[in-house]
Amino acid sequence: MADTTSQTDTVTITVDGEPMAARPGEMVIAAAERGGVYIPRFCYHPRMRPVGMCRMCLVEVKGPRGFALQPACFIPVADGQEVVTRSAKVKKAQDGVLEFLLVNHPLDCPVCDKGGECPLQDQTLAYGPGETRFVEEKRHWAKPISLSALVYLDRERCIQCDRCTRFADEVAGDPLIEFKGRGDHIEIATFPDQPFASYFSGNTVQICPVGALLSRPYRFKARPWDVEQVESTCTMCAVGCRVAVQSSGSELTRYIGLDSDPVNHGWLCDKGRYSYEYVNSEERLSHPLVRKAGELVEASWGEALEAAARGLQGARAVHGAASLAVLGGARLPNEDAYAWAKLAKGVLGTDNVDAQLGDGLPAEAVLGLPRATIDDACSAPAVVLLAPDLKEELPVLYLRLRAAAVAGGVPFLELTPRRTGMSKYCRTSLAYRPGEAPALARALVDGISGSEVAGVPAASVAAARELLGAEGAVVVLGRPSLAEPGESIAAAAAVLAGGLPGVRFLPALRRGNVLGALDMGLAPGLLPGRVALADGRAWFAGAWGAVPEARGLDAADILGAAAQGRIQGLVLLGADPVADFPDHQLARAALSSAGFVVSVDTFLTESSGQADVVLPAAAFAERAGTTTNLEGRITRLGQKIVPPGVARPDWMIAAELAFHLGGDLGVESLEDIWQEVERLAPSHAGITRSLLADRDHRDGVVAPFDGRVPTTSRPPAEAATATGVGSTTAVPGAVDPMSTPGVDAVETHGLPATEVAPAETAPSGGIDPGPEGEERQVGAAVATSAAPPMLAWSSEHGPQSPPPLDGYALRLVSGRSLYDQGTLVQHAPSLAALAAPPRLRANPYDLERLGMGQGGQVRVRSNRATFLADAVPDAGVPRGSVWLPFNAGEGSAGEVVDAAAPVTDLRVETP
Amino acid sequence: MARLTTDNVQRARELIALYPVPRSALIPILHVAQEQDGWLTPDAIVHVAELLDLTAAEVLGTVSFYDMFFTHPVGRHLVSVCTNIACLLNGGYELLDHAEQKLGVKAGATTEDGEFTLEEVECLALCGAAPCLTVNWRFFGPVTPESFDKLVGYLRDGELADQVPPHGTLCRVRRSVGLPASSSSGAGRVAPRKDEAAAPRAAPPAGADKGGRGEKEAAGAGAVTAATGEGAQVERPPGADTAATVDDSRHQKGGGA
Ligand code: SF4
Ligand code: SF4
Ligand code: FES
Ligand code: FES
Repeated sequence: MADTTSQTDTVTITVDGEPMAARPGEMVIAAAERGGVYIPRFCYHPRMRPVGMCRMCLVEVKGPRGFALQPACFIPVADGQEVVTRSAKVKKAQDGVLEFLLVNHPLDCPVCDKGGECPLQDQTLAYGPGETRFVEEKRHWAKPISLSALVYLDRERCIQCDRCTRFADEVAGDPLIEFKGRGDHIEIATFPDQPFASYFSGNTVQICPVGALLSRPYRFKARPWDVEQVESTCTMCAVGCRVAVQSSGSELTRYIGLDSDPVNHGWLCDKGRYSYEYVNSEERLSHPLVRKAGELVEASWGEALEAAARGLQGARAVHGAASLAVLGGARLPNEDAYAWAKLAKGVLGTDNVDAQLGDGLPAEAVLGLPRATIDDACSAPAVVLLAPDLKEELPVLYLRLRAAAVAGGVPFLELTPRRTGMSKYCRTSLAYRPGEAPALARALVDGISGSEVAGVPAASVAAARELLGAEGAVVVLGRPSLAEPGESIAAAAAVLAGGLPGVRFLPALRRGNVLGALDMGLAPGLLPGRVALADGRAWFAGAWGAVPEARGLDAADILGAAAQGRIQGLVLLGADPVADFPDHQLARAALSSAGFVVSVDTFLTESSGQADVVLPAAAFAERAGTTTNLEGRITRLGQKIVPPGVARPDWMIAAELAFHLGGDLGVESLEDIWQEVERLAPSHAGITRSLLADRDHRDGVVAPFDGRVPTTSRPPAEAATATGVGSTTAVPGAVDPMSTPGVDAVETHGLPATEVAPAETAPSGGIDPGPEGEERQVGAAVATSAAPPMLAWSSEHGPQSPPPLDGYALRLVSGRSLYDQGTLVQHAPSLAALAAPPRLRANPYDLERLGMGQGGQVRVRSNRATFLADAVPDAGVPRGSVWLPFNAGEGSAGEVVDAAAPVTDLRVETP
Repeated sequence: MARLTTDNVQRARELIALYPVPRSALIPILHVAQEQDGWLTPDAIVHVAELLDLTAAEVLGTVSFYDMFFTHPVGRHLVSVCTNIACLLNGGYELLDHAEQKLGVKAGATTEDGEFTLEEVECLALCGAAPCLTVNWRFFGPVTPESFDKLVGYLRDGELADQVPPHGTLCRVRRSVGLPASSSSGAGRVAPRKDEAAAPRAAPPAGADKGGRGEKEAAGAGAVTAATGEGAQVERPPGADTAATVDDSRHQKGGGA
């Protein structure tokens, strides 16, 4: 074996007489598994530190005194090591371990959720003695007890493998569960009144090798042999975690996290994991609705589409195409987003299109800055966070970055207007005054002469500058506060892009497929493939027939124009601006003044409830397609169930509507659309459907495609076959086979691999670091010579500088919590129950000044609104600032944010 | 019943400074907390967690592992009778039996007046003086039924105060000058000094625990009887039997005072 590998750092071990290549430092269990020999285990999890707790992995290892039993998960490989995994001695040890593990186990498999997919069952059958000698009464506990609102614990079934507790501590950083007691009275416990309220608690259920940890929403819902499953990608946020979507009958029952090496490492956040509940919701839109005599009433597709087409055409006929606008689309798969971009720009003829709802960043900045992947960030010489609280908005990205900071030693530098979940893992966290991010960025690049900048002392800036010494830092870029405009953050990004050599950016935008929607051209001034309207006009006019002449309006301007009556036809693509646009007052005014509103949605929301025509769309797991995560990684979505009623995928709605408008999108299937995307969009050249279906690219393909086949650290069958080692039969195809029971059998749905291999003309693409300075060439992928160039971005306009803060006001900072009043969360009962009421947070010093050191009810006053709020002291909010959550119910920040202002100042008073 | 006093927070901080990793000070600080209240109140556990930047669950995990930490109120005198092999052969169980009768409580429980908590323990490392016991972790042995009665009398009357400190006191000698982990100079400057002034001790929780029995002790008792195979004379406390349901004590709150 050693001769077939070129790695110099490789050692050779012998497992059951077969030589095997191993990596220095790895454990015997991992090396053997890659070589095709599966050693049974319970506590070992390749993504966590080994503990050697359960002894299930005992094998014989030759030492100075001959062969001795050793835990394979706890013995590092050594050159020439001899390992025996199948012998009478090993068998006896396995028998003994399993007999002991079952001493107190209740054997209630028939009523256990895990029954049928239980590693304890399976390994007892495969490696156990079959009989027990214990006749004593077993230990009994009250069962089950709840560890949190989402997780139940059955202590009788626990085998003390330390997986859940290690996960909580090492991976999630929320060590809220621990072993309590000793000996046979050991149990997993929380502290009384401090539940296991981790955003990642569901993972413990998935990795528990027995039925001790149970998912409350899933409990007694299905049996493993009844469920069907399909691989997909979670689209509740833009991280894009890989999941197995499981259903029983026509109902979704569960999501299981799949291990994607570059993305989620098998973990999911609880929001993603339990979001299937919204898909199952009884309140889903199942039929088209048309407003008649002021009421929305059910209609046929033909009638509804006709009404929609008539309304939009009427508006265009009277007021011109510039009076039409399309808002939203970030929840759509790529194909659907493309179809809608083509419909809006090619058929309706308007460039007033925006997938972001004023809560993101200027699209040109997102697409035009040099991009980094999550792995790039995790191995960067330094990471700058200029982003919202990642723990709240992009939870699994938070896990990855936290691990990079804690275990990987990557230095993090945070620029934030208030303390976030990442702050304690950052070497330096600079709390800048709201609205002054560009000034701080400038100081980081150039240094400062004064004593402070943006409220940050000079010494801190100097310390931070030291972290940024090396070339190639990665900036995680998003909106640190929804009360600070995206333009301000883009300006700060421009400064960093121009001043930090080799810097790359990882967009921290939240909505599921927002990056895909932008790639597909759902933004003003852009066309599919990260092409500027001006550059791509000729190319796309040729393909589409027509393209808008001038750059259109973004979400803020669309709503502003609508409020003034200048938007006569508005399409909402799964968008609820009244809830999601930072300035609620403007959004409400816009919706009530927009002439004709069509909403394509899965639920009736405050916004879609005001529409004239409502078209029901298929939701996650009800349609196939592809999605793009924040890295630009394209993965496939799987369809598992059918949409409710007559709801349809968004691309079909676009195609039908085009017909009713007298146009033709020229597409009849997802295949058609993707072929067109691959052909027309320069950033997607070479990313064919067969490439996406290729097992080498099972973790997706980052656009633009550089033609490389990723190396995998996966231990499964493919790797073994590739290196020609051993038999592949016993090797499950997953990083931790115990946490993805049966997932090996997942049929990879989505796009069938019907196409030929990617063309030889793979684009030269890639990231060209280009010349120093702000004019950074991002990439020039060219599929054919005629294709337009991809965007390169530099910001010309300086940001609006905020006015000085008057001594009595506090400057607003706002952002989202994981569980908010968003439509999808609210229709997933398990998640809705976790949404917290809005709380105002202010520095204890500022509350003290009000004589309210302990917090309590305060009156919030702005030029927009006055309301009462619950205030709590929070030292994580700097003096002079005040925090209000966004979209958390009455009294949230949306009531007071002014989208047009660089900052929002509030008076906080005693009531 | 409470969080640590200002003095004890100061002691905790001094302890933390002795170690490269703050968490290493967990057990010493827990002893400080137990010295303060006689047991580890939920508030104290939360406070200790805050001081070390741990979660309360992590602290509880450690607390629940050790027999010398109590998560329920303990009387002014903790009488721990050994029934391990040397003591067993020399009448350890008879001594425990006698103690139960004399004090009127079963092992694991506390007398009505809050004076005595009786517990059965494993080897105390005083096998040479079997059967033996400790009072507030101070040794007495060999103990006969008669000397036990006398001992109880003395303890009640406070006549042994100089030998037996208040329950919770691990060591009456307090190190006031430490050797902080970070200090590079001053090796060997450890200068222990007696600290009588601060033998601080909140009064024992009035009307402490009425017979509440921690499952930890229950487990101990069960284990011993099982091991000897003749638990016949020893009345096993309810809940100690392996067959009994160990009920959910997760939410058991210290309810002493
Ligand atoms: S609850 Fe499950 S994961 Fe946690 S220690 Fe017990 S068996 Fe392991
Ligand atoms: S982090 Fe995002 S993509 Fe991953 S499971 Fe959570 S919501 Fe889904
Ligand atoms: S001891 Fe090796 S897997 Fe548990
Ligand atoms: S057996 Fe009792 S002290 Fe050792």
